[in-house]
Amino acid sequence: MDEALWGALLASTLRVSTPLIFCALAGLMSERSGVVDIGLEGKMLFAAFAAGATGAVYGSTTAALLAAMAVAVALSLMHGLACVSHRGDQVVSGVAINIIAAGMTVVLGIAWFAQGGQTPPVSAQVRIQPLFPEIAAAAQGIPIVGRFVGDGLLSHNAMVYLALTLVPSIWWLLFRTRFGLRLRAVGENPQMVDAAGVSVTRLRYTALALNGMLCGLAGSYLVLAQSASFSANMTAGRGFMALAALIFGRWHPVNALWACLLFGFLDAMAIRLQGVHLPGIGEVPVQAIQALPYILTVVLLAGFIGKAVAPQALGKPYLKER
Amino acid sequence: MNTSHALPRWADLVLLPIVCLGVALLVAAAVVAMVGQNPAEVIAVLIQGAFGSARGLSYTLYYTTTFIFTGLAVAVAFHGGLFNIGGEGQAIMGGLGTGLVALWFSATLPAWVMLPLMLLAGALFGLVWAAVPAYLQAYRGSHVVITTIMFNFIASTLLVYLLVNHLRPAGTMSVESVAFSESAKLPNMRTAMAWVGIDWPASPLNVSLFLALLAALAVYLYLWRTRGGYHLRAVGSSPGAAEYAGINSRHQIVIGMSISGALAGMVGMNEIAGVNGRLLLEFVSGAGFTGIAVALMGRNHPFGIILASILFGALFQGGAEVAFEVRGFSRDMVIMLQGFIVLFSGAMVYVIAPRLAWLLAFSNRVFHLRTQTPKSGAAHG
Amino acid sequence: MIQAHGASLCCGLLHGDCQVFEESILSVVSGASFNGATVAVRMTGINKRFGAVAANADVDLCVQAATVHGIVGENGAGKSTLMSVLYGFYQADSGAIEVFGHPATIRNADDAIAQGIGMVHQHFMLVDTLTALENVMLGAEPHWLLQRADQQVRAKLETLMQATGLHVKLDVLVADLPVGDRQRLEILKTLYRGAKILILDEPTAVLTPQETEQLFEVLRLLRKQGTTVILITHKLKEVMRLCDHVTVMRAGRVVEEVPIAQASIEGLAEAMVGRKVHIGRVDGDARPTENVLLQANGVIVRDAMNVVRLAGLNLALRAGEIVGVAGVSGNGQSELLDVLSGLIQPTEGHLSLGGRDFDAASWLDPQTARELGLAHVPEDRHARALVMEFAAWESAALGYDGLPEYSTLGWLAQDHMRQATADMMERFDVRPRDVELASSKFSGGNQQKLVLARELGQMPKVLLVGQPTRGVDIGAIEFIYSQLRAMRDAGCAVLVVSSELDEILALSDRVIVMNQGRVTGELAIGECTESGLGMLMVGEGE
Repeated sequence: MDEALWGALLASTLRVSTPLIFCALAGLMSERSGVVDIGLEGKMLFAAFAAGATGAVYGSTTAALLAAMAVAVALSLMHGLACVSHRGDQVVSGVAINIIAAGMTVVLGIAWFAQGGQTPPVSAQVRIQPLFPEIAAAAQGIPIVGRFVGDGLLSHNAMVYLALTLVPSIWWLLFRTRFGLRLRAVGENPQMVDAAGVSVTRLRYTALALNGMLCGLAGSYLVLAQSASFSANMTAGRGFMALAALIFGRWHPVNALWACLLFGFLDAMAIRLQGVHLPGIGEVPVQAIQALPYILTVVLLAGFIGKAVAPQALGKPYLKER
Repeated sequence: MNTSHALPRWADLVLLPIVCLGVALLVAAAVVAMVGQNPAEVIAVLIQGAFGSARGLSYTLYYTTTFIFTGLAVAVAFHGGLFNIGGEGQAIMGGLGTGLVALWFSATLPAWVMLPLMLLAGALFGLVWAAVPAYLQAYRGSHVVITTIMFNFIASTLLVYLLVNHLRPAGTMSVESVAFSESAKLPNMRTAMAWVGIDWPASPLNVSLFLALLAALAVYLYLWRTRGGYHLRAVGSSPGAAEYAGINSRHQIVIGMSISGALAGMVGMNEIAGVNGRLLLEFVSGAGFTGIAVALMGRNHPFGIILASILFGALFQGGAEVAFEVRGFSRDMVIMLQGFIVLFSGAMVYVIAPRLAWLLAFSNRVFHLRTQTPKSGAAHG
Repeated sequence: MIQAHGASLCCGLLHGDCQVFEESILSVVSGASFNGATVAVRMTGINKRFGAVAANADVDLCVQAATVHGIVGENGAGKSTLMSVLYGFYQADSGAIEVFGHPATIRNADDAIAQGIGMVHQHFMLVDTLTALENVMLGAEPHWLLQRADQQVRAKLETLMQATGLHVKLDVLVADLPVGDRQRLEILKTLYRGAKILILDEPTAVLTPQETEQLFEVLRLLRKQGTTVILITHKLKEVMRLCDHVTVMRAGRVVEEVPIAQASIEGLAEAMVGRKVHIGRVDGDARPTENVLLQANGVIVRDAMNVVRLAGLNLALRAGEIVGVAGVSGNGQSELLDVLSGLIQPTEGHLSLGGRDFDAASWLDPQTARELGLAHVPEDRHARALVMEFAAWESAALGYDGLPEYSTLGWLAQDHMRQATADMMERFDVRPRDVELASSKFSGGNQQKLVLARELGQMPKVLLVGQPTRGVDIGAIEFIYSQLRAMRDAGCAVLVVSSELDEILALSDRVIVMNQGRVTGELAIGECTESGLGMLMVGEGE
């Protein structure tokens, strides 16, 4: 295969993985603090809608981003109210968020824009454009790796690069700061953290707020960088794929990044492999590749390719019982 | 789901779900009002659409049938202490099983062999789709919520693959299989009612409704009248006591989820055998998740589930009617309401229950109602 | 005095930190001496109720600074509650606390830590996936950047470890540390946070004799350095070796408080178990036959942390006798019941029951136990004996739903079950007589009677009973005793485990005493004396 193809493949991978990365990092924050987050899908969807609606109405990228993050944070905090301040079931709450988001985005969409649930496309100024188009074009000229680097690495918009830089940032936050230490502890043994004089509730709410902001970024990406408008159910299961990537990455930011890239790569490959005959296997159905991330996660969870050990206190409401 | 001990039993079982429903309706109504609709008008059209005509009622009951199956599935798993989010995937597989058997044999076998075979296949496929995650949970510690979510996606891609690549007749564009032969189709309610001389309107409602009601009865009997159900409920309620009694928790996890999957798999009898008469893509469309709402509202009891299924069937049918009549309204408002119901009946119930208990105690004092001696807290040994 | 303390500390320190430590010691000692008080903790008139139970009733405690003060008592005596009040986990209903002469309001762990109080719990509060250093640092990190914080904490910890002799590998994950190290880490944690008063809750429960000795070394050194240590324990030997003063608690009250010079193990044991013991029994002579119904040999049980809970137990239960197991809770009695009824597996051992033999490789299970005529009334009513959400008639069949009278081919004979439950309730006077009522809604005594009715109703050959009257009202206690005696008279072999010595002495024909997973003594009822039993219970006088 020629290097133009590799370049294009890398480019697609990065583009597809970006929302996954944002979402997986969001899930990471929440789950490391001990709160299960099934609602990534719903939060990303609602954030996408908020970004699309705000972007179309106010014509400002910043406003769209802020709206998306605000909405997702609100949903996360609501999740916190039900599950951290009270002992609501975390999974049920997540499922509720998903269903509410699926319904309410279309309801509001139809009511405000009358386009069958879609938001009008945001203008080109609002959309997030590739960050260094000239450098990318120039790089194409470099022999051998030119197309690969130019197309694959340099042609992306700011959000893609943001996602990639957030990974080491979150890693640093989690493993090199006081907050990160406390966060990791509260997901394993909240009683210990409580006995050490640190508020379990505050830690978890902070984690949820960060979770919301990251989901907001994920949703904004879909509308501001990828497709220009919101359409009903546009997340199409990506929130769950991000959750799968998080688990596949064993709740570690860098591993989650590789998982997201892998899943993104599979997605990019899926279309290209249609109709292609691989030696020995024959034609690979695109659905098999689409299902692969989910199958891999199940295999991992079943313990067949190493172990995935969740934070010990994950899913259990913290009750101060004596 | 064990709510606050401060609530007397009647309030816990009947009043609390109604209050939660009320709160959900209020919030949904607020959203409706916010987007410029008149909530009262919407509700009126909804009720009229769902119950106001025989045809509307018939459609309502058609939706009810599917929800009874998925609701029962979630409830059985809950009684075993597990959350089955995989109803969606299990229903897909069930429909696939039903459809495959129909495609392979309906030309050669008579209806009285065909239909039970299809039911069996549907239940079996759904059962297996739930048993695998259950086994992984019980014996390998894999969290059943995550694995069932994954299995949902795997099921839907599998269905797409089979339909697009193998079951679609060559040359057609629509993603469907060929139609089944007559022997593989469940009689429509109009036809069935005609046999007893009743003129029933045309609608998708078919005799699988009776199957659903039978299933509800069977679940009731199983849970509360058999040793198996006794064991399942013990494991779900108190694993320590179950262990003491010599009940094998792992077995019960797999058995409970298997029954749950089989029930979800029966959706195929309604949608595939009863309505469409062919395999197609969108025949579950979220019914698995509605099943969660139904189970929560119905307090995981078959009778409550039937009532809640009728409620949701009415919402879906009425919702379609409203979408037709009221401008700017779509079915998605029902989905949104469903989400609020799951939120308030499921997750926020611990926020609502203490306030309700306080309200009850307050009104007892103010109106000097019969003094309730709460037999719970104080009497704990 | 100040000079001496400063000097002794400086001996073990790096030069740079000498100043810091001297200052901190100065601040403590000066605080104490300004008020002329050498009392580290004074608790007056502490009352704490949980529902109807008075966990602490009018408790006074006075702990001298720089001493090791032991608080002894059986389970339920109130010592853990008292210390939880001091550490801020509970608020006392009434009473006052003074720390180093100042009145102190302690509402949570934070307040306690601010007062210089540190606690090492029985169940370690450590995060397995973090290193030892990180566990110490958590909650008191000196800097938001972990790398900076790490340097500062490490330096301070090295100093601390040198000074106290408590050595732990700081960069090892807690999950990889042995139990003794984890405890040392817990102590280091409290000292790091500036604890001048250290509370240790049953510290030697999980330690080997060697580790125990090491711990004592550390505690002696800490005392020398001016730290006050409060030791909660029921092990009188250790108290005699280590403590300067000892307070004895029983049933929520302080019954004795002495300097160690004036204490003796016998005296403490007697105070712990109480004087209102009546030896002598209601009915006269039972004649246990030679018919051994249950024989257990060499049973060794380990728990999840691989600590030995039963160390080679031998036991024979004969028809027509009640064997009482005396001893402070936590010495293997629970494990004894669980292993004999098939709930847990031993790592070694042999069992003969109902003509069948079991060894560690294929042990008894609860269902087989029932089939062989063994019935078990569990200690934990809520989590084991009943399903709280089940109606009474459903709980009344727990473990027996397979019997032909209760079910046929998987179908429950509900009418029969209801009737059987009604009969049970009639025979054992369970109130209210409502078979449909949820199990959780019955009072403790009635729940217990229901469980007994269920188990005794099966006419077992061997009956294991754990804490038969815990949480049971006075009226029901005699009834339960008479039922147990009736079983004995009918030829059943009964084993009763109880933390109430009165109860053991009132019921038993033969008493075995357990301590540290072993049987330390076996006496016929006529041979039992208060002091003799007390000594056996604390591991003396074998």
